[in-house]
Amino acid sequence: MAPVLEVSHLARSYRANLSLKKYWILRDLSFSVEPGEIFGFIGPNGAGKTTTIKLIMDLVRPDSGSIRILGEPHQSVAVKKRLGFLPENPYFYDYLTAEEFLDFYGRLFGFSREVRRSRTTTLLERVGLANRRDRQLRKFSKGMLQRLGLAQALLNEPEFVILDEPMSGLDPVGRREVRDIILSLKAAGRTVFFSTHILSDTELICDRVGILSKGELKAVGRVSDLLGHQVAHWEVAFSGIDPITLPGISAVVSREGSETLATSRDEESMKALVRAVLERGGSLHSVIPQRASLEDIFLREIRR
Amino acid sequence: MSRIWAIAANTFREAIRDRILYLLLVFALLFMGFSQILSMLTVGGEEKIIKDVGLASISLFGVLTSVFIGVALVSKEIERRTIYTIVSKPIHRHEFLLGKYCGLVLTLFVNTSVMTAWFYLILLLKGFADPRLLLAIALIFMELLLITAFAILFSSFSTPILSTLFSLSLYLVGHLTWSIHLLEERVKGSGAREVCRFLYFALPNLEIFNIKTEVVHQLPIPATLPLWALVYLAGYGGAVLSAACFILRRRDFT
Repeated sequence: MAPVLEVSHLARSYRANLSLKKYWILRDLSFSVEPGEIFGFIGPNGAGKTTTIKLIMDLVRPDSGSIRILGEPHQSVAVKKRLGFLPENPYFYDYLTAEEFLDFYGRLFGFSREVRRSRTTTLLERVGLANRRDRQLRKFSKGMLQRLGLAQALLNEPEFVILDEPMSGLDPVGRREVRDIILSLKAAGRTVFFSTHILSDTELICDRVGILSKGELKAVGRVSDLLGHQVAHWEVAFSGIDPITLPGISAVVSREGSETLATSRDEESMKALVRAVLERGGSLHSVIPQRASLEDIFLREIRR
Repeated sequence: MSRIWAIAANTFREAIRDRILYLLLVFALLFMGFSQILSMLTVGGEEKIIKDVGLASISLFGVLTSVFIGVALVSKEIERRTIYTIVSKPIHRHEFLLGKYCGLVLTLFVNTSVMTAWFYLILLLKGFADPRLLLAIALIFMELLLITAFAILFSSFSTPILSTLFSLSLYLVGHLTWSIHLLEERVKGSGAREVCRFLYFALPNLEIFNIKTEVVHQLPIPATLPLWALVYLAGYGGAVLSAACFILRRRDFT
């Protein structure tokens, strides 16, 4: 099946005021998003995530490269009928009520009055704003605007949803709800591409992630593949020996009576520690490899 | 077309929920009422004063409404980033711009109608009602349509403050193009004359829409003038709006 999003050799630069020097925000960025997956686009602030999304949404133009969405050029107006988009820190017409706002956006899709009415009701309930439908948006909190932004992104029941920092500004309950909505979209066969710097969310719900740093894609792949078999460190529990005399220990996590929980940095150190414990007559209780978290991978990749 | 109408209806809603519109409208109505006091201070010519002040109020407050609301139409959308979700919907950028324009035109129409109704109420009470005044107001409205097109053009690439300055300057220059024509005859040197001629034809001639003096002083008006004004508005306004669409189509929303 053809990718839902295909980004090829995308580059974007800017010039500071009156300067001839070009600064690159993105360089030769290529990746694709496959049908039905949740793709997390992660990177530190200033990595180029929002610029990439703006390029995809045709809000800014690239210096070079191409973007195809659902098999069509990304500028195509027709493809936008099948697309949902939530910008970062969304701002909307604050003189409208939540209901008027969704009704107006429904008009842009050319929906009939009945469709607009039913989808507005369904979506406001889905994002937890059903009891605020008559309130003007100027009285909405940041979190409520974020929820309403999500509602407008889903108004056309899109095949592909692009969300820029959808969890930002939300409390833990709100984040959980957004996560559930993203997962329900996947369950309904939709494709979701979202940017974030909240890694715990990414690890929980993404099929694949791309790690962006300084305008370059440092790593891309399935979360399980990226985390893979990489072991961040080993935890070794033993008793009957003073850990100070033992080799291969990077840190002592805890000591209770004669029992010690220590960590070893790598496999070699762990083996040396285990050998020493057994040779000196100590008791070995457990040796547990600690898998690298997405955060470990992320920090390693952006430092490269 | 339905998308342009959706944007236009929303722009109209935005304008009628904006305090500045009511502020300007109240000032205009007060100003017209004030014309009665002014007419009392002069000997004779009460009718002329009321008509003169009435037409001038409709024109001035119409221009202020068109400029103050018009310059923010596009730039505010970009500055406040509300445009992000709009252009991500199935809508062309030129449809967005034309929708904005039509929304403001609708606002100006309602605004001008309210001022006209008030003006006629004063005239009827005084027994000065004259159908030719409606023609003068129709031409003022045409002028507003052209000024709005300029305001939206400036708004598509500049900040609201600069756009206001550009639009108001253009309004003033537009009523003084006859002086450029005069200058052309008086300056020495063919280069300067060419510049004057270019400016005369390039800048909008808003005097085409001005028949206030003729109407107030019961002077004859050429029968073809309204038609010429309409043709001028369609040509010039169309060109200005096309330029605004062209700029917006190429613009980055950073």
